[in-house]
Amino acid sequence: MSAEPLLSIDGLTVEIPTARGQLRAVHRVDLTLAAGGTLGVAGESGCGKTMLSRAVLQLLPRNARLQGRVMFDGQDLTRVVPKVLRRLRGKSIAVVFQDPTTSLNPVLTIGQQIIETLKVHLGLNGAAAARRSVELLAAVGIAAPEQRLRQYPHQLSGGMRQRAVIAIALSCEPKLLIADEPTTALDVTVQAQILDLLAREQRRRHMAMILITHDLSVLAGRTDEVAVMYAGRIVEHAPTTLLFADPRMPYTQALLAAIPKIDSPPHTPIPNIPGQPPDPTRRTSGCAFAPRCRYAIERCHGQEPGLSAPDPRGRRHACWLPLMNSPQPRATIEDAR
Amino acid sequence: MKATAAGRLPMGQPLLRVEHLVVEYLVHGHVVHAVSDVSFDIWRGETLGLVGESGCGKSTLGRAVLRLNPAKSGRVVFAGEDLTLMHGEKLRRMRRRLQLIFQDPIASLNPRRRIGDIVAEPLLIGGVRESTERIRRVRDVLGAVGLDPDVTMRRRPHEFSGGQCQRIAIARALVLEPEFIVCDEPVSSLDVLIRAQIIDLLENMKARYSLTLLFIAHDLAVVKTVSDRVAVMYLGKLVEVGATERIFRRPAHPYTSVLLEAIPLPDPTAKLPSVPVGEPPSPLTPPSGCRFRTRCSLAQTRCAAEEPALSEVAPGHFSACHFPLVA
Repeated sequence: MSAEPLLSIDGLTVEIPTARGQLRAVHRVDLTLAAGGTLGVAGESGCGKTMLSRAVLQLLPRNARLQGRVMFDGQDLTRVVPKVLRRLRGKSIAVVFQDPTTSLNPVLTIGQQIIETLKVHLGLNGAAAARRSVELLAAVGIAAPEQRLRQYPHQLSGGMRQRAVIAIALSCEPKLLIADEPTTALDVTVQAQILDLLAREQRRRHMAMILITHDLSVLAGRTDEVAVMYAGRIVEHAPTTLLFADPRMPYTQALLAAIPKIDSPPHTPIPNIPGQPPDPTRRTSGCAFAPRCRYAIERCHGQEPGLSAPDPRGRRHACWLPLMNSPQPRATIEDAR
Repeated sequence: MKATAAGRLPMGQPLLRVEHLVVEYLVHGHVVHAVSDVSFDIWRGETLGLVGESGCGKSTLGRAVLRLNPAKSGRVVFAGEDLTLMHGEKLRRMRRRLQLIFQDPIASLNPRRRIGDIVAEPLLIGGVRESTERIRRVRDVLGAVGLDPDVTMRRRPHEFSGGQCQRIAIARALVLEPEFIVCDEPVSSLDVLIRAQIIDLLENMKARYSLTLLFIAHDLAVVKTVSDRVAVMYLGKLVEVGATERIFRRPAHPYTSVLLEAIPLPDPTAKLPSVPVGEPPSPLTPPSGCRFRTRCSLAQTRCAAEEPALSEVAPGHFSACHFPLVA
């Protein structure tokens, strides 16, 4: 962490005007990611995780209002001219979205789509680009790559399409790969294959990765650290093993508890919290999670907790009553009530 | 119709019996072998989980059970009556006792209609003529699935989240008080927390309405949570059936083992899921013999020559493999 991080997000806020008022998609987010590191971003639909990744790519809706800085490799992406941005996107920063069917162009062959990227960003000629495409498809585990290059997206299975998308994303040796729910649309078997593929290519290329998902189990063992988002804010950020073993924020605890346990007998009730995330166009006082939090006290409803400075083990949380593994703080909570 | 009510059935007869069911489609002149000779029973009050990868035929099977897809051959017997022989009014009456919940809750609700009308529709088709009676039953069932009828009934689907839409779809399936529901990936498009809420709701509704469920899903952890027994499907065939705990602890079929190994665990210190090889072959040209053999690490020459039949490896535990993992 001593060296300059590859990506550094400072005080990032994204607001989008809607008919119902200002939608605050991302609110005062600070994050850093070292070269070669892996950051997981977790949270429910609408918590701002996709908008955060789009802010990094500067792919926000045209009317979005953005505050803060996104420093990538020494440049502030919020200030660079479109020409520079176009060169960075796809080359230095690549992205893999959830649905491989909509990220590929249905009327172009897989080959045309990879070759286009290679020509535009790396300036390869047709023959060299074609050769490189075959290598790339083989590298992402597509058998018979020469034939696949001539096929259209609809001729491939969902898993194959996502592999092709990953091949395109990796084609220019990016320094940062953003994978936004890359396996949510896929079967468990294919999910394991795709996550392994991403991890292998990441190690091989010393590429940094942001892995975005609503399912924390996807992040276990595959990320260095995890940021949990709720209502546009980071509510907990910690090294992955610590976050799973000893979450501080009740929301993180709820996300972990809601994963069905493979070793529990059938019909074991899943611990659950009621309600749903707040409407992002409404301003709330206090902690946004308080209405669903079983530990919430008066202060939680009245005053918004800020994200703490990192503790000695590198974890941050935004909670007035952080959970502790020892029984003692529980008593303090009872007193506080 | 009442004469065949549940209580009058002889003991030991399943609520639903599927026998040698075959479903095939024609696509550009080629035969897709979607469901090939599938047989299973579901007992009253039971949840049977049906798992398998996309394209294995599990949704086709679920729909064929309800006769929403035509079967090429085989029988579906519900409460002692052969659904495959039923037509017209008799089938329509029978259908009230069988319902379906879909994966995409938003797409399964007509966006132009109000929730009150969507949930009342089955009653209208089912011949409940009194509008006050319909409204009473719609209000009851919306309350049961955790929605406030006063705020819900006059609104339209776009005003609700995915989780709430799934509650509405469940209310619609329950309003005729059916006995049996096919749940086709009912929680696959939902976030973890909403997923847990809907699973909880389905479990409660099952008890409250004395339901029997066929629960189709590709997520094994979800299936483990809701199912009494599990059936594993691969490329149109059932490869393993048995009690949930047994299947998860001691799978007999190599394919079941592969599926179980692929589950990501929410534990960074656990070993990462092992990666299964390849993808299922095309159902246009299923492999000879055992259909899983092209991906199976234990396959031998016999597996290509001879198709393994579903046979009992332990009491109540069936597997279709020449070399089962448990003896």
